[in-house]
Amino acid sequence: MATRTASHLIGATPVLTAHAIRRSFGPTVVLAGVDLTIARGEVVALLGPSGSGKSTLLRVLAGLDRDATGDTVVHGTAAVVFQEHRLLPWKRVAANVGLGLSGPDTAGRIDRALREVGLAERHRAWPAELSGGQAQRVAVARALVREPDLLLLDEPFGALDALTRLRMQVLLRRLRAEHGFAALLVTHDVDEALLLADRILLLDDCRIAAELPVDLAPTRTPDDPGFGALRRHLLDRLGVPTT
Amino acid sequence: MSRTQLLETPPEAAAVAPPDPRRPRSTRRWRRLASPVVLVLGWELAARTGVLAPEKLPAPSDVLATGWRLSRDGTLAVHLVDSLTRAGAGLLIGGVLALVLGTVAGLLRLGDDLVDPPVQMARMLPHLGLVPLLIIWVGIGESLKISLVALGAFFPIYFNTYAGIRDIDERLVEAARACGLGQAARLRHVVLPGALPSLFLGLRLAIGAAWLSLVVGEQVNAQTGIGFLMMEAREFSQTDVVVLGLLVYALLGLISDLALRVAERRMLTWRRGLRAT
Repeated sequence: MATRTASHLIGATPVLTAHAIRRSFGPTVVLAGVDLTIARGEVVALLGPSGSGKSTLLRVLAGLDRDATGDTVVHGTAAVVFQEHRLLPWKRVAANVGLGLSGPDTAGRIDRALREVGLAERHRAWPAELSGGQAQRVAVARALVREPDLLLLDEPFGALDALTRLRMQVLLRRLRAEHGFAALLVTHDVDEALLLADRILLLDDCRIAAELPVDLAPTRTPDDPGFGALRRHLLDRLGVPTT
Repeated sequence: MSRTQLLETPPEAAAVAPPDPRRPRSTRRWRRLASPVVLVLGWELAARTGVLAPEKLPAPSDVLATGWRLSRDGTLAVHLVDSLTRAGAGLLIGGVLALVLGTVAGLLRLGDDLVDPPVQMARMLPHLGLVPLLIIWVGIGESLKISLVALGAFFPIYFNTYAGIRDIDERLVEAARACGLGQAARLRHVVLPGALPSLFLGLRLAIGAAWLSLVVGEQVNAQTGIGFLMMEAREFSQTDVVVLGLLVYALLGLISDLALRVAERRMLTWRRGLRAT
């Protein structure tokens, strides 16, 4: 049983510390002792081949996996965006965003969150009436409205078409600049990781196999010098021939 | 011959192909009404001309006249209220029991293991075949009729509650958990609305089963009710009253189904959006 503590100490403490995370499904070991620290406001991308346990690790960190062992400490609040939007089809967009939300002025907070993802006018719509990209933006608003210190993103744009994905990446970068949340971005898209992350972790063979700081400007593009070299390096580590 | 047909068909098909969006639907609706109307008119005609003996099948107008007479003197109302009371009581007892057991079996693994096997076994018994046993157990009074209706209503509601809960997307429950919803809140916001379409389906099937059980139950030593009205009329060869009773049963089924559909449309608005995409 993994212990998971949420503490509200603010300061130099990292927003997330995870130690010796282990998880196996029957005889198959998926995570064999993963250690992970995320600093306040830092965006960390978790890359790895499919089936390497990226999503499993994220679910453990989000406290959604009760069969994992290890310690996870989240200093502050965390919110999750999944690969599928996972909106409740029987609730209108605004009610989905405000799911489980308490405190003063929930309506105003919901409205602001929807405006930030550009969907303020769709607050009365049913999830089934939204396009894939819109639904995923609502899912982002549902996470944002909780004002998280840490955003856990499980391949959040993986199910979207290429153009929508690019727009979502720009949106995420803007939101991060405005709110300063830390994020763990699980992805299998090397370009996405390089565009959004401050640091990239490679998950392979059930543990963190490599760590790579991304020393690029905050508003980077794939044309930046250094981007190509990092990309080649990462693809090489992932076993994808680049030449 | 076949060659000329081949040449002829394509232009015809093309002429039919671009349909006026409004007219075909309304003409179809009228066309669908045509055969029932013709059947009733034919029945009336056959009865009036004496082709159908009145003691075998009276004319529809005679049945309606009998219905008018019986509702004017209050007889029909008395029997109808008694039948409705039995159906309501049976539905309530069977429905609540099914809802509770179906929820327990659907939500809890222990409940599933303990509740579901006996229910699955009992399902195989045709519940209307239990009449002799029920007479021995509860007698031939009101409790027999209500037990029969309750039994008939139980199974569809139980199975649809169970299936409705089981079919809820586990990922939605997980997302609700990630949003900080506790167990009770998840039941209210995810499980209940997610199972609601199935519950409605179960209720519709249960009401159908309830009417059927009532028809059978009221033919066993009833002193009131639509079924009694029919059995008594048979003794005196009042075929018009027998047919009227059938008509009332059919109308009850129709009205309850319609009411449930309206309620369903109101409560499941979100599915209309689903259908539009």
